[in-house]
This record gives sequence, structure tokens and C-alpha cells, in this order.
Amino acid sequence: MKAFIKGISYYLPEKVVTNEELVKEFPEWDVDKVYAKVGVKERHIAAENETAGDLAEKAAKKLFEEYNIDPSSIDFLILCTQSADYLLPSTSCILQHRLGIPTSSGALDIDLGCSGCIYGMALAKGLISAGIAGNILLLTAETYTKYLHPDDKSNRTIFGDGAAACLIGKEQGIAEIGEFVLGTDGSGAENLIIKSYGARQRSASGVETTDDDGHTNREDYLYMNGSAIFNFTLEKVPPMMKELLAKSGTQDVDYYVFHQANKFMLSTLRKVCGIPKDKFYIDLEHTGNTVSSTILIGLKDCLEAGTISSGMKVMTCGFGVGLSYGATILLF
Amino acid sequence: MELNEFITKFADQFEDTDPADITASTTYKDLDEWSSLIAFSVIAMVKVEYGKTLTGAEIRHCSTVEDLFNTIAAK
Repeated sequence: MKAFIKGISYYLPEKVVTNEELVKEFPEWDVDKVYAKVGVKERHIAAENETAGDLAEKAAKKLFEEYNIDPSSIDFLILCTQSADYLLPSTSCILQHRLGIPTSSGALDIDLGCSGCIYGMALAKGLISAGIAGNILLLTAETYTKYLHPDDKSNRTIFGDGAAACLIGKEQGIAEIGEFVLGTDGSGAENLIIKSYGARQRSASGVETTDDDGHTNREDYLYMNGSAIFNFTLEKVPPMMKELLAKSGTQDVDYYVFHQANKFMLSTLRKVCGIPKDKFYIDLEHTGNTVSSTILIGLKDCLEAGTISSGMKVMTCGFGVGLSYGATILLF
Repeated sequence: MELNEFITKFADQFEDTDPADITASTTYKDLDEWSSLIAFSVIAMVKVEYGKTLTGAEIRHCSTVEDLFNTIAAK
């Protein structure tokens, strides 16, 4: 059975931090130069008491309103987040109740980052194909900014908070979800990690070391080995694209919406993959990298701007923490 | 892999630095324009042009452009 995206919405928290505000904290920083490289002018930041669950709820309610969706029609809820409200239960269970989704629905969290939207779509398609569910709410929500050390200039520049919502069903919709290629390389787990506060290291360690790039690696905060992640992406994404095209039996893709990691990485990836500029989406000016929500935000903005329209084949691709990666083709 | 060709490609990653200021014996980290983003450009160039993986640690531990060339050539 085929699976279709029926609607996409997103929500960004109210508070905005501009580059001009950030530069006050980092006087050695050059606003124009950094903007030119990473492509971010401002990012939204969740309020102190605002969680990923709260953002996901707002995105879902926006989706319901925008597409006139009755929550009682939903029979499965998938939430992708690495910022769960509690250690347990799953935030998706809390959201089932808060959103008025029937108690007869399934609900689960998936703990993935930048590849999470693709995995969410893959799971949804699987549930539909198997006849387990027919109307699935996929939510992506992240508040990475809460994990960043105040002195972590690089990541504070790149990341922003946000949530997206997407309804996936078995009847017609705005886009059919095509084939998937997924991949995982856990050998790179320590290249994007928060070591503390999990079961292995339950409290803060205070440990700080210097990494290969000369950046500080703080165990109690989000750590990213930029050059390792960069190399991983350049290695994995181009062959994944080829495999997906072969699996899909097509060579002609009309548009590409990749995870919006940062402008520099996307431009490099575009060149390496040989994709023309006008077919490749890059826009994180007003959002920053919102982790698992960037692809849905990008698709929504493209639909509204008319960049993506009916009849187009759009390749989406996510890659990052895990290390995890995945891609699919959407037929609009 | 040829040294002079590598130096040209290395110098291409800079926007404000005169390519004439970059030679085999240049200590690249001393260049005013050198930054972590230039380092990323070099990593990408090495991946695209030579199909090899240059790590952040290698860029950090090498000193001159020729050191870097030798490190990559040995891969």
C-alpha cells in the first residue's frame, strides 16, 4: 500500500537571537563572514520552561488547523526528538493525550537527530504498508540550544530550536513517499555526543578536553567534532544518492531538500554530488539548523514559495548524530 | 599527486590571501586568513580532488603546506 504526505506545518519558538546579539558575547567574531559561511542570520530559541514536547504540540496544532484535521482521525503518533520531556515515559504518550488523539492509537518516540525525519517517514510508510496504521502524525521537535555551553560559539551560531508536524496517510496526499536508503555508522558515535546525563554517566562530570580541531570537548554539553562529521557526510551522502536513484529506477530528480546542517557544508555537498544550484535548497537564514525539523521546514517553505509543485520528484536526505543517515524520494 | 598542483588547490581555498604568499614552506596556520572554516574547505578539497580523508588532527599536527601534502600523499 502506498503512503502519502497529506500536510506539513512547523512551529518556531518566539524568542529570536540575531547574529548582532551573539557578537556582543564574542567580540572577535565577524558577523558578515560567519553569515556568509554558515548561512544563519538569526535562530529561534525555546524559552526556559518550553520543551521539545511543547514545541511539537504547537506544530501539531498548527497542522490540524491549517489542514482542518480532526485529531480523532489519527491512529499513530511518532515523535522524533533527542530532548524528551522526561527520561520516561515517552513524550509521544504525553502528546497523545494533550493533542486529543484517540487512546486506540499507537505512539512512540524515535531518538534520532538530523536523519530523524527520514526515519520517521520510513517507519510511517512501513506501518501503513503493513496495514498496522492508516493515518500517522509524524512530529519532529528539538531544543538543542539547551545543550550548548554558553562559550560554544560555533554551535550557538549554527543551531536553532523548532518543531515540525506532518500527516502521513494511505489515501491521496500532496506527495507520495517513495523508496528509502538508510544507513548507520556507530563507530562515529563520539563525534556528536552529550556524554553526561544518560545511564552510562548519570551526572555532570565537569570534564573538558581539546579535540583534533582545537575545539573544547565538554562532556556535560553537546560536542561536535566538525571535521569528522564533515568527512562522514562527504563520504556517505554521494553514494547514498546514487543508490537511491538506482532503487527508485530514475535519474531525474527535480529538486533536492537536504538536511539544513549549515550553508558551507551544503554548498560543498552540492558540488561533490554535482547538483545544479537552482535545484538545491539552501535556506537556514531565519531558523538555523533545527536538527530533525529542517527537512520538513524546507519542504513547507518550498511548497509555499512554489519552488516545489505538483508533478515534481524531490529527493530528501538527512545525516548526522548516530552517526545516522537516510534518504527518500517524494513524488509531489 | 603533485606538490605544485596541490599548492595551487590549497591556495584556492583562501579568498583574501595572495596565492603568491602560499608556497611549500608556508606555515599555513600563521596566515592571517587561516581559520577553522578554511580548514574545512581544505578537507573538502582533498576529498573531492584526491578522494582521500584528511582529518582535523592531521591539519592540526602538520605545519607547512608541504607537510600536509606529504601526509595526504602517504594515504
